[in-house]
Amino acid sequence: MTALALETLDLCKTFGALKVVNHVSLRLPQGARHALIGPNGAGKTTLVQLLSGVLRPDSGRILLAGVDISASSQQHRVKHGLVRTFQVTNLFRGLTVLENVYLAVSERDNSSRRMIAAAGKRGDLVGRAEAIIEQLGLASDRHRRISEIAYGQQRLVEIAVALSLDPKVLLLDEPAAGIPSKEASLLLDAVERLPADIAVLMIEHDMHVVRRFATEVSVLVGGHILMSGLPQEVMSSEEVRTVYLGQTGQKRFTAGAPHA
Amino acid sequence: MDALLSSLSFITLYGVSYGVVLFTISIGLVVTMGLMRVINMAHGAFAALGGYLAVSLMNAFSVPFAIAVPAAVLAVALFSVLIERLFYVHIYTATELDQVLLTVGLAYVAIAGLNLAFGPNVFPGQLPRVLTANVDLGLRTFQVYRLFLIAVGFLLVVLLWYLFDRTSFGARLRAAVDNRTMAQAIGIDVPKLFSLVFAIGSGLAALGGAIGYAIFPLEPIYPLKYLVLVLIIVSLAGFGNIKPAVGVAVFVGVVDTACRYLFPSVGAFIIYAILIGLIIYKHAGVFTRGSSS
Amino acid sequence: MTARSELLERHAFKPIEAVYWLLLLAVFFAFPSYLAIATTVVIMSLFALSLDLVLGFAGIVTLGHAAYFGIGAYTAALLAFGGFHEPISDALLSGLAAAGLALVIGPALLLLDGLPLIMVTMAISAILFEAANKASWLTGGDDGLRDFEFSPVFGLFRWSVYGQTSYLYALGWLAVLFVLVRRIVSSPFGVALQGIRENRARMRLIGSPVVGHLVRAYVISAFMAGIAGAIHAQTNKFVSLEVLSIDTSVDAVVMLVLGGIGRLYGGLIGAPVYILVKHFAAEWNPYHWMFIIGALLIVAVRFVRGGLLGILGRIGAWLASLGGARKP
Repeated sequence: MTALALETLDLCKTFGALKVVNHVSLRLPQGARHALIGPNGAGKTTLVQLLSGVLRPDSGRILLAGVDISASSQQHRVKHGLVRTFQVTNLFRGLTVLENVYLAVSERDNSSRRMIAAAGKRGDLVGRAEAIIEQLGLASDRHRRISEIAYGQQRLVEIAVALSLDPKVLLLDEPAAGIPSKEASLLLDAVERLPADIAVLMIEHDMHVVRRFATEVSVLVGGHILMSGLPQEVMSSEEVRTVYLGQTGQKRFTAGAPHA
Repeated sequence: MDALLSSLSFITLYGVSYGVVLFTISIGLVVTMGLMRVINMAHGAFAALGGYLAVSLMNAFSVPFAIAVPAAVLAVALFSVLIERLFYVHIYTATELDQVLLTVGLAYVAIAGLNLAFGPNVFPGQLPRVLTANVDLGLRTFQVYRLFLIAVGFLLVVLLWYLFDRTSFGARLRAAVDNRTMAQAIGIDVPKLFSLVFAIGSGLAALGGAIGYAIFPLEPIYPLKYLVLVLIIVSLAGFGNIKPAVGVAVFVGVVDTACRYLFPSVGAFIIYAILIGLIIYKHAGVFTRGSSS
Repeated sequence: MTARSELLERHAFKPIEAVYWLLLLAVFFAFPSYLAIATTVVIMSLFALSLDLVLGFAGIVTLGHAAYFGIGAYTAALLAFGGFHEPISDALLSGLAAAGLALVIGPALLLLDGLPLIMVTMAISAILFEAANKASWLTGGDDGLRDFEFSPVFGLFRWSVYGQTSYLYALGWLAVLFVLVRRIVSSPFGVALQGIRENRARMRLIGSPVVGHLVRAYVISAFMAGIAGAIHAQTNKFVSLEVLSIDTSVDAVVMLVLGGIGRLYGGLIGAPVYILVKHFAAEWNPYHWMFIIGALLIVAVRFVRGGLLGILGRIGAWLASLGGARKP
């Protein structure tokens, strides 16, 4: 049996008197499409920070492809395929799209130490960056600075950067948040086209996105996983509805097909 | 045994009084950096100005010490508001480099100005006779001046504690330090608060310069000469933390005095080495979130 | 017309750069009696260039870079006293001495950022200054070191009183090290450095060994600063405590900011302007000079974004747009 792509065992994190992450155990097999939902303040962002290594857990373990990475540095985790994107774009604003993606490609290639050959002359790195940019439909923007492109495009660059790092596990933090619905479809297509062997954990509020994309859903409430299961099961559960979806949500999501 | 006690008492008294002056000069910066989050390399200039003004009043107009010092403090505080409105408002949101550059520029201008106004040599200032008198504390005789400084320090800590912990001004200040946008949203006039706090901070620096000129002699280079030490104290205390600032300043004062006394040839820079170590220990939180400023 | 990627294509040598180097050569022929100050300009250009690598490209704000300049200067002089007279290898060894210190303190120092970093760099510089002051048996203290000799460059060019050898020697070093820096900032490493400057936290999250990169840049920069200090010792035949002072550190920062940081030529443009103005104001009280520097800094931050090169760049762009408007 192949090891799970990502697994957490009884993960805990406390800030002062508040248990922000409370005995969270998640299992992500290869190729997973797992959505994590929950009300604001439920601890989702903290969980992502624990997984990416910005924070250290108080107890519990994190296993990446069976290897314990609970004490590893952020860089180590990235090098071993655990990559995250940001809810609020966190790119290199003064640099162009191409340069942003190049940075990631170069790091992945361990070429960022190289001081002799010129960056632009590394055809392989530039080529790889261009390919990813092409793949996400960003080609026309590639020489424009992040600060100058539309917000929806910026979120696509976030994904481009993540893909450049050859992820085995991808943590998508509300990828479509704040994007007008027209531009969102581009982004969601990109998410749908993610390589099938990558395990994806997506933090989301938007139930349309969750329904379209997830094969498994976990509900995080007060730092604790309330339940996990197929999207239909979770969304028709009484408990979940009362806690999270509320009455109106109940009506909307038990009715017909979702609109795109 | 007597000699040991005598040395200890010397180190303690001189060290603490030295620390008090450092505290008085630094505390203004601790508060302004906590609130405005701006690196102010020109803070020492206000201290220098306070000292120069106080001594000038005493020398040129025979104003008594007890009046000259508060007058100088007030004058510098008012003046600082002008400077704040003219220059500092523009760099509150600037990059660290820009803040350093602009305030270093102000410090340089201040140094040139001090030289123009008061000449390049150490500005001679006599302490009032009541302070230069010696008092015998059993182990050694000390100048009253040193005790005076410690008394001022104690008074200052109590006053500041009261101001920040007990008054509504203090509450507003602490709110604004914590969350500037929210504070503004609930109606706290943040720009006015900034100016007021800047004036207080600069006034405190001026106080330090005015009462401390026997320890820190007044010369044009004063604004930059003690800046490193002040900045280090501020960094170790943490922005906006008054009580740790007292501790750190006194620590620096005592350790520095002790080192100079006990190891005359290398004492001067042992304190730097210790402080560097402490800063790295405190601020190099690579894996902990947002522990430093 | 698609814009080219600035960052990835910076290795391209633009023809207009030749103007700068030709001018520097022309000085040799046109102003033979001013070679002493011209040499100082070249030395400080090199020092400012070394600072640009850490400050302009990596975003490390330091007010203590004179530490490395000073170590280079004192090492060069002391080696000569010890019987080692060959100038080029002497300069290299001095550079290595400076780089050595950077390698030792870098890993700890560069964990810091912002104000703590600025202060520790100042404090380290202050320590070295005090140490040099106290160790007068080694450094000559206040009096400094003098009367040390160097053998002719390449065995051919003697060090004359008129400073011809000095100037060309310094210029040679500047040219060589400039090429080195250009290579570095154009490489993937250089791109990574600028990424760190832009968004350090994100660099960590794309797997970049941030502190490792910063230390590398810092050590290379210290090496260059050390060489600049060595050249200073070799051409002046005198080293004083001044080389370790905060003033020297601030001077370099001012020169760099004046010319424009992060643009390779910033220090090379800022240094001559700064030093020449300083020289002609030398009759004045040195404190009046501080007023001018102070005012320059204030103006630079408030109004002149990007320094002189920034202004030139904007003028150039404006001219180009005029030209573009005229095309059919």
